[in-house]
Formats: sequence, C-alpha cells, structure tokens
Amino acid sequence: MSFIVYVPSDSGAISLGANNIADQLVTEAIQRNIDVTIIRNGSRGMYWLEPMVEVATPTGRVAYGPVKSSDVSSLFEADFLNAGDHSLALGVTEEIPYLKNQQRLTFARVGITNPISLDDYLAHEGYQGLKNALTMNPADIVAAVTDSGLRGRGGAAFPTGIKWNTVLNTPAEQKYIICNADEGDSGTFSDRMIMENDPFVLIEGMTIAGLAVGATQGYIYLRVEYPHAHRALNTALQLANQHNYLGDNILGSGQQFQLEVRLGAGAYVCGEETSLMESLEGKRGLVRFKPPLPAISGLFGKPTVVNNVISLASVPIILDKGGEFYRDYGMGRSRGTLPLQLAGNLKHTGLVEVAFGLSLRELLYDFGGGSATGKPIKAVQVGGPLGAFLPEEQFDTPLDYEAFAALWAVLGHGGVVAFDETTNMATMAKYSMEFCAIESCGKCTPCRIGSTRGHELIDSIMQGQDLDKNIPLLRSLCDTLLNGSLCALGGMTPYPVLSALNHFPEDFGVKP
Amino acid sequence: MTQPSTIQTTVQDVISALKDKPGALLPILHGIQDALGYIPSDSVPSIAQALNLSRAEVHGVMSFYHYFRSTPPGQHIVQVCRAESCQAMGSETLEQHVKTRLGIDYHETSADGKFTLEPVYCLGNCACSPAITINNDVYGRVTSAEFTNLIDGLEKSL
Repeated sequence: MSFIVYVPSDSGAISLGANNIADQLVTEAIQRNIDVTIIRNGSRGMYWLEPMVEVATPTGRVAYGPVKSSDVSSLFEADFLNAGDHSLALGVTEEIPYLKNQQRLTFARVGITNPISLDDYLAHEGYQGLKNALTMNPADIVAAVTDSGLRGRGGAAFPTGIKWNTVLNTPAEQKYIICNADEGDSGTFSDRMIMENDPFVLIEGMTIAGLAVGATQGYIYLRVEYPHAHRALNTALQLANQHNYLGDNILGSGQQFQLEVRLGAGAYVCGEETSLMESLEGKRGLVRFKPPLPAISGLFGKPTVVNNVISLASVPIILDKGGEFYRDYGMGRSRGTLPLQLAGNLKHTGLVEVAFGLSLRELLYDFGGGSATGKPIKAVQVGGPLGAFLPEEQFDTPLDYEAFAALWAVLGHGGVVAFDETTNMATMAKYSMEFCAIESCGKCTPCRIGSTRGHELIDSIMQGQDLDKNIPLLRSLCDTLLNGSLCALGGMTPYPVLSALNHFPEDFGVKP
Repeated sequence: MTQPSTIQTTVQDVISALKDKPGALLPILHGIQDALGYIPSDSVPSIAQALNLSRAEVHGVMSFYHYFRSTPPGQHIVQVCRAESCQAMGSETLEQHVKTRLGIDYHETSADGKFTLEPVYCLGNCACSPAITINNDVYGRVTSAEFTNLIDGLEKSL
C-alpha cells in the first residue's frame, strides 16, 4: 500500500523550501523502495512550522515541521510514515492548539484539500451553496446574505447584502461581479491563501453573487505580485468551466456566468474600488468621484458588485448552512468570523480565523506567542498601511469593527503587524507618508501634495527642527488629508501618522 | 538581443490576440511585457491605433503602473519587500546588504546587465518576513548570508 504524504504548495511554504522538500521526499522514498504518494495540499497557515509535512495515518493526519532539507533522511529513519517520533513531530495536526482554537468557516478546507482538485472540493462540501442557490430566487439569495450579517472583509465593512440588493434592484442589460483581489495591504495574506489554497470557494461565491443580482460576467482583479494565485485560479477556472460549474448552462439550470482573471500592475491604489474599475477598463487607476455608487453605475457604467476575496469566499458556507448559522458567530454588529493574519515580529505568524470578539492581546500572545525577538511588543498596526498603530494599553480591545472605530483605529482586512521596542514610531510615520506619496493616484491635491509635504515635515521633526511650529503643522496637514482626500489612501494615511504621534510622542522628540 | 522585426511581430501578435477584450489595454501591456520583458516605446503607436486611443493615453497608462517597464531589465530581477511587516523583521538591514552586494540602488540595472533591483510593497508573504523575489520565485525569512548564497548561485550559472 502507498503512504500518503502532504507537502503544501502555498507560496509561503514554497518560499521556505517546500518544493525542495517534496522532491527530496520522493527521491528518498525511491531509494528506500517505499511507495509514497505526495499530495500538494494548501497551507494550514501556521507559517512558523512551514514547510510542514503531514502523513495520513489511521488516527488522522500527523504533522512534522518545520522540515529542512537536512531533516528528510532522519524522518524516514524515525519511521514518520507510521507516525514515528522525531524532534520535529507535532502530533495530530487538528489537535495543535493554534488550529484547534480557531473557528474556520471561510477557511474550512484550507490546508486539508489539494487546492486544484475539483473532486477534493466536492468531497469536502464544496458547491453545496451553489446547489442551494440554484433552487432559490435572487431576492432570497440576497436575503440569506443580508441575514448572515456579513460585512465587507476588504476593510470598509459595508454590509454585503445591502450592496447586493442595490445591484439586484437596478435594472440593466448587463451587470458585473468584481472580486477585488488586489490585496496590497502589507501584513495581509488571507486573500492570497484562499486563492492559492481553495480557489474553488471564491469561484463558487462569485457564481452565487452572479445568480443573486443577475450578473453574467465576473472579473477577478488580481495583483500581479501573486503569480501562484494566478496559476491556481486559472487551473480552477478551467476545471469549473469543463464541469459546467461556470459557463452558459450552470449545472443544467439554464443560468450563465462567465469568469475571468485580470491582472493589476503594481498600483496599490487600484485596491480602491473605483480606481480598480478604471484599471479594468484599461485606464490609469484614477479614483472616481462617488456618487454614483458602483452598485448603480460601476464597470463600463453598469451596475456592479465589488467585493473582497474573503467576503465572496464566505458566501458559499452562508448559502450552504444558512444566514443564521453564520450570524451566530461574532459580537455586536460584527457577525461571523474574521480571518486574521499575524505578521511582523511575532513568534507564531500565520492565519487565525476566529469569531469576532477575541481581544487583541489574546490574539498576539495566545495565538501569536509574543514577539519573535523576545523583546516586548511596542505597538501593533492593525488593518494594513492605512491602519492605526495601537500601543500596549489598547491590547485588551476586542476584535470588533465598532470597538476599533471607537479608538480611532480600524480592523480593516484583518492584518496585524507587530513591532518590538527597537522600532522608532516616527520612522514608521514617515514611511506612511512616503508610501502614500509613492502610491497616490494624483487626482486629489491633499493626497498628491500633502503626502510629500508630510514626509518632509516628519523628517524635519525627527531632526528636532521647530517642534513648536512643526508638530501643529503636521496635525493640520493630517486634518486636511483626512477631510479633503477623495479616497481612503489620502484619507486614512493620518491614522498611522497621528496614532504614532499621539501614543509615542517621545519618538518624535516631544515630551509625553 | 531580440531583433527589431521579431519585436514588432511579437507586439502585433499580442495586440491581435487581445484587442477585442473589454478593457484590453492592461492585458495587452501584460502580454507584451511577458513576451519581451519590457514594453518598447515604439510599440505605443501600434497599441494606440488598435484600441482607437491616443499615444498619450497609452503612454499615460504605461507610466501610471509601477510594474510596466519601457526599457529591458537585467537578466535577473530582484525585488525586495519594503512594507511594514518586513521592516518589523529587519528588512532595512537586508535592503542595504542587497544594494551593496549587487552594487546598484532601486530602479537600477547593474552595468553588466545581470541584475535589476526593484522595491516591492508587499508580496503577501508577511508571515515569513523579510521576503524577496528573484525572477518571480519568492523567498521568506531571508538573511543577508542567504541572499549572498542565492546570488552566488545565480552568478555561477550565468
């Protein structure tokens, strides 16, 4: 009989040598005359253990990691194929506390299945949501999403059901579904993980969205920095088309939905929905004025749903298990689960999907294990480069959209980047302004010019020049950016800048 | 070096294959850069004509996006992530080392044409910071010593 060994094909695991490990396992098995089948699964999202190799055993999968090239021989010596003991042995994968303490709904299959196997997807409850949706009328599909309480996971947290309802009720010959897969926020990788490790769930979610609002064409606007995701999506799209999960006659229902991946080209601002649509239309990614809302006049002037990867990938389970099932997770107005991404200076970086309501401290220490360097965590930036820095005093805040808003912070797309005490927060604030200057689309003046002036100003402050004059000037500039910018790029750059200044004035040379 | 006539043929092939797509400009620019490594400036008039745009519009789109390049890159393209998560894990030290080792700054190509260095703002490999790519292959938790090994390996194979 053949032993089954899993080695992740996730780009993060590959970046740490997973492909070499897979090759070596095959070579070593042949030399030892053992019949081993390697399955390239997705990553479980425990990146400090990657490359993590799993072996199928009668008591479930057991894990070993992080596996280096030099460990492969000794794994065979230790009889890892029969769950033998080894210094890298982690026991039964599902029992690892980091995984066991999560509530994986959107990520239910991630790390378990072979991402580009339709059979695997179907064997793990895939396409149940679409099958239900095909028996429902559009308004009922929208109602299920509205009932679930799902809010946009890209960062803006706008109720998904309300957006869909607007598109449903706007008559037009052509409507579009766009998946915003321009995951440019640093510290975030949940979109990448879904697209690389469970691409069918995104395709299913977009197909359901199409049925719900009457759109027959979808686009996935993918950032060019994600070549692995591009390959996985294209393979999955091809399979879905071949087996009539996409195309002119979805599962014999007579309904149609076409889906195509389009690549971005390294512009952060194209993660803003109107800029994204300009880019899809083949133009410079300049932000549009709103109104009109994209739901009324979006891509090519037609009603368009623009949703983030995680929002759309959460739709299949809602249609499978019902809006109520999803809504039962979470707190307050933040319903369901949020796939959080632990990054930066943390011991246990990775993907943590939990119901809203966990505290930031629990996330950083119980899951994250504290800082990687062992030094105290000075600050965390939540929600990407436009998110506020939170100091230690705020770590007891629950992960909830409203609780973060009350602190003048954002949950955003759920990225959490930790910094230890060696970090100078004025340097980070200066970087925020520099980033805004590099990525500004140039359409509105506060963002285009304010970001460059802000960068210069923080430079002067860091050199101790005219603090009495320059600090109020920086605050005034931030006020202009905040209130006068056309989109969130200029409008939110003051979040990291002012939070750094307010919580860590000493780093700016100001007495607290 | 690719011959000018071959370049023109490649450009025309890409344009004819993609020009009827809705919003065809970005797919065409990607197609040309995938095939040639850059978008020659003399392909701009052909693209403009095929899409019924002005040359200024095509140039405007090309120059808006950081990814598109109008000059040939070096044999190997090295990207270093400059974003926050990598900074939290010491990317600035790595960045300095990369620049010294390659002898070039960002947006430059080495005099021997071997390496082009680009900054990148997040590779989505934030759980394995600091991250870089060499010719689209991602590497995580990169130390200065590992970077030197990778480049030494490439130089031997050149």
